[in-house]
Amino acid sequence: MTKSIEIFDPALCCNTGVCGVDADQALISFAADVAWAKQNGAQIERFNLAQQPLEFANNLVVRSFLERSGQEALPLILVDGEFALAGRYPNRLELARWAEIAQAVVEIKPAGACCSGSKCC
Amino acid sequence: MNFLNHPPRFLFFTGKGGVGKTSIACASAIQLAESGKRVLLVSTDPASNVGQVFGISIGNQITAVPAVPRLAALEIDPQAAAQTYRNRIVDPVRGILPEAVVKGIEEQLSGACTTEIAAFDEFTALLIDSALTADYDHILFDTAPTGHTIRLLQLPGAWSGFLEAGIGDASCLGPLSGLAKQREQYQAAVEALADGQRTRLILVARAQTSTLREVARTHEELAAIGLQQQYLVINGILPVAEADHDALAAAIYKREQAALNVMPEVLKALPQDSVALKAFDLVGLAALRQLLQTTPQATPAANQAPISFNKPSLSQLVDSIAADGHGLVMLMGKGGVGKTTIAAAIAVELAQRGFAVHLSTSDPAAHLANTINSVPNSALENMSVSRIDPHAETERYRQQVLQTKGAQLDAAGRALLEEDLRSPCTEEIAVFQAFSRIIREAGKKFVVMDTAPTGHTLLLLDATGAYHREVARQMDNAHLHFTTPMMQLQDSGQTKVLIVTLAEKTPVLEAANLQADLRRAGIEPWAWVINNSVAATSTSSPLLRQRAINEMHEIKSVAEQHARRYAVVPMLKEEPVGVPRLLELAGNRH
Repeated sequence: MTKSIEIFDPALCCNTGVCGVDADQALISFAADVAWAKQNGAQIERFNLAQQPLEFANNLVVRSFLERSGQEALPLILVDGEFALAGRYPNRLELARWAEIAQAVVEIKPAGACCSGSKCC
Repeated sequence: MNFLNHPPRFLFFTGKGGVGKTSIACASAIQLAESGKRVLLVSTDPASNVGQVFGISIGNQITAVPAVPRLAALEIDPQAAAQTYRNRIVDPVRGILPEAVVKGIEEQLSGACTTEIAAFDEFTALLIDSALTADYDHILFDTAPTGHTIRLLQLPGAWSGFLEAGIGDASCLGPLSGLAKQREQYQAAVEALADGQRTRLILVARAQTSTLREVARTHEELAAIGLQQQYLVINGILPVAEADHDALAAAIYKREQAALNVMPEVLKALPQDSVALKAFDLVGLAALRQLLQTTPQATPAANQAPISFNKPSLSQLVDSIAADGHGLVMLMGKGGVGKTTIAAAIAVELAQRGFAVHLSTSDPAAHLANTINSVPNSALENMSVSRIDPHAETERYRQQVLQTKGAQLDAAGRALLEEDLRSPCTEEIAVFQAFSRIIREAGKKFVVMDTAPTGHTLLLLDATGAYHREVARQMDNAHLHFTTPMMQLQDSGQTKVLIVTLAEKTPVLEAANLQADLRRAGIEPWAWVINNSVAATSTSSPLLRQRAINEMHEIKSVAEQHARRYAVVPMLKEEPVGVPRLLELAGNRH
């Protein structure tokens, strides 16, 4: 059974981040990593606080996290509903571990990562 | 009127606030209805007085107008439509998520894009064949969607991303993901807009060089996406007969005719109509029936008694500004109200009093800045002028984003990103960087700017922490206590925000909205400046005097409802270019 990875993004003022003062490289890299992990069978879903707040409200873990640490502490990453990481985006290795992608695959350079349909690039 | 010859089903009137779109749309609707057609008039003007004009209350449902057989009207409030949309997203989480989070989400959904798309959603149903509209031969809209909105809706990528998956890429399309209509309905609406057999676009302008330039841009943008059926109406032209009466009227006549002569070629090629300035207030059926009549009417003899009212001069406002010895002065207001001129006048006043002043302007022609610099005047040695070029800043920002974020996108994603970068927000964000660089000088001298981010932009950037990052980067490793631009703007001891407006209904309303937006960001405007006031002149032209009398209501509402303090700047015979004329404009009697 594939593990489900859920990413709770901060309120990105728009999906492209066009409204930010500078383009956030972390978001771009992460989008590429998500695309790569999905290609390798990972099950990943992302939620944007500005557009899907109900997903945050309906999840007890996420809701308590927001109350305790505030939205500044996002992103929050849950694996199978359990707390996995917060405050930064995971790197490719971490994604691979959660999704149980074989180590050999991780070493392979990604081919022109693309993030069609993703919310952050 | 050419624009009413063989009209198609849909007529859209477009132009910036205060040019008279609603009046012309009302007058056209009356004329068509009285010629036997069944007409629906749709107003999205936030200052809509359609109900008032016909003496009925209309609101957000189709209402028959008893005074005009075959005419019905509908008022759509774009702000209310946007609010409804915001509530749909936010209400389910109110009280569940922390208050600060809820406020943050609401701000995300408070931009111009949300309002525009929410309004488009409201009138989509009127553009497609339905029982709702089957009864009407013509549907007239006193507004039109921008090219940005239409292009977004035309992009196939926009649909595949947003409406099908409920998630997507275009920031400005965000609002649509929560809107009710079906994809087919939006497509049908956009097709109707681009169909010359069904849709005619009427560009409404005034005889002013800057306004005509702006209208030419709108024309080209909308023509490029298929709205080929376009007509031009120049509203409020001063009749030649008035020029004999009075020096100010003569100067205005000359200026207007000169502006029409140098009108951009693309506009000259369009079918064109002129509507003369009328002495009467455009309220009531009788007045509107006369608006589009081409036969000149005798102007009623106006009361020649001087109009007396409390009109503090700009120079008096500068007295209070000067008392601080240094600080940031920002002029805010819609395009065309004269922010650059007022900024230059304030800067010159301060410099003449011996203060060190930096005037920063975004005026594209920058002729004001040049004139000030070139005049050898000892009083201005302590004044420097710099220019933020919004176009260049925006282009640089666009290229930077496309090269970084756009690098990994496929063709559809890239097209969406490029469209996003043409959104009205982008320029503001881009100019922000240059802006935050300059305002730090205000601790030592006076900095006067005619450019400023809106409250919405400030809140967004502040919420995302972008300010702190930006400021921290500029401060580098200097371990200094720093304040963000937002904090500096909120501090009335450091910053004075002046709202510039005209003494006309729509511009005053737009200025009041701007003030509300700033207050949301915790910024209290310090004063209002009413520019180009005819009431503040001593004209004897009957037409201009009537206009002056009409201004009084707006000046009163600024003085009594909106502004903590204000100044009235008279309309001048000549363009206020150069130091002496700028001082004259400020009412400097030194």
